[in-house]
Amino acid sequence: MPIDFRSRDGILRFVRVLTGFALTIALTFLGLLAITFFIGRVVPIDPVLAVVGDRATQEQYDAMKIAMGLDRPLILQFVSYVGDVIQGDLGRSVSTNRLVAEDLARVFPATLEMATIGIIIGVGLGVPMGVTAAANQGTWLDQGIRVLALLGYSVPAFWLGLVGLALFYASLGWVSGPGRVDIFYDGVVDPVTGLLLVDSILARDWEVFRNALSHLVLPAAILGFFSLAYIARMTRSFMLDQLGQEYITTARVKGVSEWRVIWVHAFAPIRVPLITVIGLSYAGLLEGSVMIETVFSWPGIGNYLTVALLNADMNAVLGATLIIGAVFIGINKTSDVLYRVLDPRST
Amino acid sequence: MSARDWLLDESPNSRMQANAGRFYRMGLALLRNPLAVLGALIILLLIATAVFAPWIAPESPVGQMLDRRLLPPSSANWMGTDELGRDIFSRVVYGARITLMIVALVAIIAAPLGLIIGAVAGYFGGWVDKLLMGFTDIFLSMPKLILALAFVAALGPGIENAIIAIAITAWPAYARIARAETITFRSSEFISAVKLVGASDARIIGLHVVPLCMSSMIVRVTLDMAGIILTAAGLGFLGLGAQPPLPEWGAMISRGRVFILDQWWVATMPGFAIILVSLGFCFLGDGLRDVLDPKQAGKS
Repeated sequence: MPIDFRSRDGILRFVRVLTGFALTIALTFLGLLAITFFIGRVVPIDPVLAVVGDRATQEQYDAMKIAMGLDRPLILQFVSYVGDVIQGDLGRSVSTNRLVAEDLARVFPATLEMATIGIIIGVGLGVPMGVTAAANQGTWLDQGIRVLALLGYSVPAFWLGLVGLALFYASLGWVSGPGRVDIFYDGVVDPVTGLLLVDSILARDWEVFRNALSHLVLPAAILGFFSLAYIARMTRSFMLDQLGQEYITTARVKGVSEWRVIWVHAFAPIRVPLITVIGLSYAGLLEGSVMIETVFSWPGIGNYLTVALLNADMNAVLGATLIIGAVFIGINKTSDVLYRVLDPRST
Repeated sequence: MSARDWLLDESPNSRMQANAGRFYRMGLALLRNPLAVLGALIILLLIATAVFAPWIAPESPVGQMLDRRLLPPSSANWMGTDELGRDIFSRVVYGARITLMIVALVAIIAAPLGLIIGAVAGYFGGWVDKLLMGFTDIFLSMPKLILALAFVAALGPGIENAIIAIAITAWPAYARIARAETITFRSSEFISAVKLVGASDARIIGLHVVPLCMSSMIVRVTLDMAGIILTAAGLGFLGLGAQPPLPEWGAMISRGRVFILDQWWVATMPGFAIILVSLGFCFLGDGLRDVLDPKQAGKS
C-alpha cells in the first residue's frame, strides 16, 4: 500500500516505518562497534604493555591497567568505548602521534573525491551498457557486455592498478603517476573542502586542476570499472524483467519507436531499484578504494588503513574500520529508505 | 535398455536411479551452455594443476638461482624469472594448490555455518528467527574486505588467519539464503508428516530441510568463489595473507610491484592466473544457477 501523506493514518504509518528504520540502523551501528571492540580485545598485543614498556614492574603495570580502565568488566569497558566513539574520541595513532579522528578527517576527502568520480564513470557507462545488453539479449553484444561485467568480478583491483600504471603512466605517458598531485603543486591551493578538484576551481588555479585530474583519472577509472560491472549486470536484469511485460508489447503494437520503448517506457520503472544498486556500489567503492589507494599511494582512508595495519597501529586500524563501516552502513540504509519511500508498492 | 534410457526413465524404480537421472539431466543442461562448460574446464584445470604440480612445474617453486634474476619470458622460463631467479611458471603452478586450499577451506567453514544458522532460524521462526537474523543482518551490512582486514590485523598475518577472516565475513549471505529456502517449505505437508511420525527437530533440519537448501547453496558458493579468491589475493598482496616464500598469487604480485615498470612479467603473470580461475568460477556459477535455480535464471 502506498503511503498517503494526506491522511493522518498515512503520516502515522510513515513515522512508524521511519522509527523502525532508525532502530535497525542504531542496532547495526552498535553491532559494528561491538565488532571493532571485540577485535580490539582479541589482539595479541597487550595494550597496557604497549604503554608502560616491557621493563615496567608489576606494580607499574597494574597501576596503568587500572588507569586505562582495563580492570573493569568487559561490558562496562564496552559502554565507555561507545561513549568515547560518540564523542569522536578514537584514541591516538601510534605511528602519526596524532588523534585518529583528526587523521581520518584529513584523509577522508581524498577517498571521497576518487570514489565520487569513480561512481560517475560507473553509472555513466554501466547503465547504458546494461540497457543495450538487455535490448540485444542473446546477441554477441550481450555476450560481450556479460563477459566484460564478469571480468569486473574476476580481476584483482590491485593488479589492474599496477598494469594500468605500467601501461598508461610508464609506457604511454597519458596520465600522471602515483599520488594525488605532483610535489611541485602540493599545497599550492588552500584546502577549503579538501577535494582538490573543487579547491583548485575555487582558487581558479587551472594548472593544479589539470595536474590533479591527470593523477585522479586512472585510479578513478579503475574503481569505476568495478562499479560498472555490477551496475551493468543489474541494469540488464531489471530491463529484461520489464521488456518481457505486456505493456511493452502494447507500446510496440501502437507503433512507438524502439528507442522510445526502451529508454522511456521500460526504463522509467527501473529507476527506483537502480538507485539502490547505485547506492550499494558507491558504498562498495569506498571499500574497493583500500586496494587502489595502496597501489596508487593515494593519501586517502584506504591507504591510511593499510599503513596502520602494517605498523600494527590498532587505534588507527579500528578507527578507519569504524568510519568506513559507518559510511558503508549509512549509504546502504539510506538507499534502502529511499527505495521504500520512492516505490509506492513497498512498505 | 541402454544406460541413457535408464537415466532418463520417467518412473525410476529406486532413489538411486532418480538421483542419477536428475544429475544426468542437469549435466546435459550444463553442457548446452558453452560458458558453463568453459568454466568447468578451467576449474578442472585448476584442480589437475594443484594435484599434479610436482610433475607439471619444471622447477621447484622455492629454488633460488641468483645468476638468472629477472629474466624476461623465454622458452626456458615461460613466464620469466623473479628477483631471486625462481621460475615464475613453476611458482604459479604451485600457487594453484594454495588457491584451491583457500577456496575449499572457506567453503567448508562458511557454508555449513550459514546453512545451519539459516535453516534453524527459518524452521523455528519466532524469536529464534528474529535473534539469529538480526545478528546475520548486522554482519551482512558490514564491508567484507574491511572486516577481513581488521580481523587479520587482530589475529596476526598468515594464511590460516586469512582463511578464518574470510570465512567469518562469508557466512551471513549463506544464512540468508538457507532461511529464505526453509521458509518456503516450513509448513508444507511432508514436514508435517515427518513431525507426526515423531522425528526430532534436529533430525528434520538435518535430513529434510538442509538437503533441500543444497542446490541454491551450491550456486551461491560457486558464484562467491571469485570474490573469495580476490579477497585472499588482496590479503596476500598487502602482506597479511600467505607469507613468503609461499608462492601465493597475490603475494607474488606484491613482490613484483617494485619491478612493474621495467620487469612487468613478475607482477603480471600471477594476475592472469587469478583472473582465469575467478572467471572460471563465475562462468560455472552462472551456468549452475540457470540449471539449479530457474527462478533466478538470467537475473543479475
